Amino acid sequence: MADPPPPGTRLYRHRWPTRLWHWLNAIAIFILIGSGLGISNAHPRLYWGQYGANFDHAWAHLPRFPAWLTIPANYNLALSRRWHLFFALVLVFGLLAFMLASLINRHFQRDLRPRAAELRPRHLGADIAAHLAFRFHDPARPAAYNILQKLTYVAVIGILLPLVILTGLTLSPGMNAAWPWLVELFGGRQSARSLHFIAMAAISAFIVIHLTLVILSGAWNGIRSMLTGWWRVPQ
Amino acid sequence: MSLLISRRSLIVGAPALLAGCDQVARNSTARAILFKGEDMHRGIQRALMDRDALAREFRPDQRSPIFRSNGTRDPGTPEYETLAAGKFADWRLNVGGLVARPLALALTDLAHLPNRAQITRHDCVEGWSAIAKWQGPTLGSVLKAAGLRDAARYIVFTCADLYGGRPYYESIDLIDAFHPQTILAWALNDRMLPIANGAPCRLRVERQLGYKHAKYLMRVDAVASLAGIGKGRGGYWEDNVDYDWYAGI
Repeated sequence: MADPPPPGTRLYRHRWPTRLWHWLNAIAIFILIGSGLGISNAHPRLYWGQYGANFDHAWAHLPRFPAWLTIPANYNLALSRRWHLFFALVLVFGLLAFMLASLINRHFQRDLRPRAAELRPRHLGADIAAHLAFRFHDPARPAAYNILQKLTYVAVIGILLPLVILTGLTLSPGMNAAWPWLVELFGGRQSARSLHFIAMAAISAFIVIHLTLVILSGAWNGIRSMLTGWWRVPQ
Repeated sequence: MSLLISRRSLIVGAPALLAGCDQVARNSTARAILFKGEDMHRGIQRALMDRDALAREFRPDQRSPIFRSNGTRDPGTPEYETLAAGKFADWRLNVGGLVARPLALALTDLAHLPNRAQITRHDCVEGWSAIAKWQGPTLGSVLKAAGLRDAARYIVFTCADLYGGRPYYESIDLIDAFHPQTILAWALNDRMLPIANGAPCRLRVERQLGYKHAKYLMRVDAVASLAGIGKGRGGYWEDNVDYDWYAGI
């Protein structure tokens, strides 16, 4: 086995499709959350089932999201929708293109696929302990994703983003006529709307954890590698 | 040092980026691109959906216990009050514009045309949904009776309720106008349409959001273009607050 690269070595870590999608998607997600919170303010109640309006039982009464969190920064449902629906297309087609590129360049198979050995409780426990000690890289293979990272990325790319997209599609009465099975998959339009919000909340939680770990693991090195592809093996 | 910069840029950056979005939306070119989203969605949806693909219809027991009203709850104009006082016996729906035979239809005429009853979900642009039963003649049968001229491209609905002193109006294209579920509803849940929900007659265009379903109908006109009507964008909300004309999204 080759010697592990010494600290300071420059490694090419992220290929251009990954980098391009990362930033395009970051912008789209940022705008979709801001405009989505603006849309939520129009009717801040969530229901389960096919229908749900003021006289029906709401399982959640959402807060009124403040202007500094919404796009636009005042209540304007029409403009929030314009932002949301434009960047929904960026999200959908960006994700499809990234998925296709990552299958072709084998990013998914090589970098993101969890190996059986990594999923053993002993390995998972060791990785959790390493995270708690702020050790994020395996010295033997420093550029490889650790198992918590892999599982998180797989959950976001494979579950949360598809969920937020598909539930979003079912909020469209046109799509409900085109693909009637999709809204039934989620148990009705108001259930889909609730799941859309929950998926957004989970993606927001991911963003907070992601940014925290970027800072803790060397912010500039991480950001630079996502801009240029080149990453320096840390001390 | 790098840590400090990125932390600061994260904390200062997010609200600054949000404010930047508002700056972008004030630029007319950026705004035009943003507003193209509507056309892209319409194009994609029309490509994915059959022309006559139906909105789901529900069983009677799946209806909302209460069907709420929204927008105008009573037009309140003297003309409308007079019509309402006479139980809309003197109300006529004028069908005109680019048609061979302009019509003036009374409520009894609507009931004698081929009617359709459907239990459908009403989706408001605000996010809520309510399910109810609607009944009325298909718009397609009314337009056929009037004889649509070849130049007609849109159907414009003019209402009795006023917004800023002008009648509320809406418009749809011929694909939605001749859709089998597009009806001129005069009954809600097996009763005459209440005033709060648009008496005596409202449009149901089931593959679009609620604001397209014009209430208090007075006129139905076939036109070649939406230019010159209101501010030319096909509806009161479209004209005044930038709602999408295509509300299948």
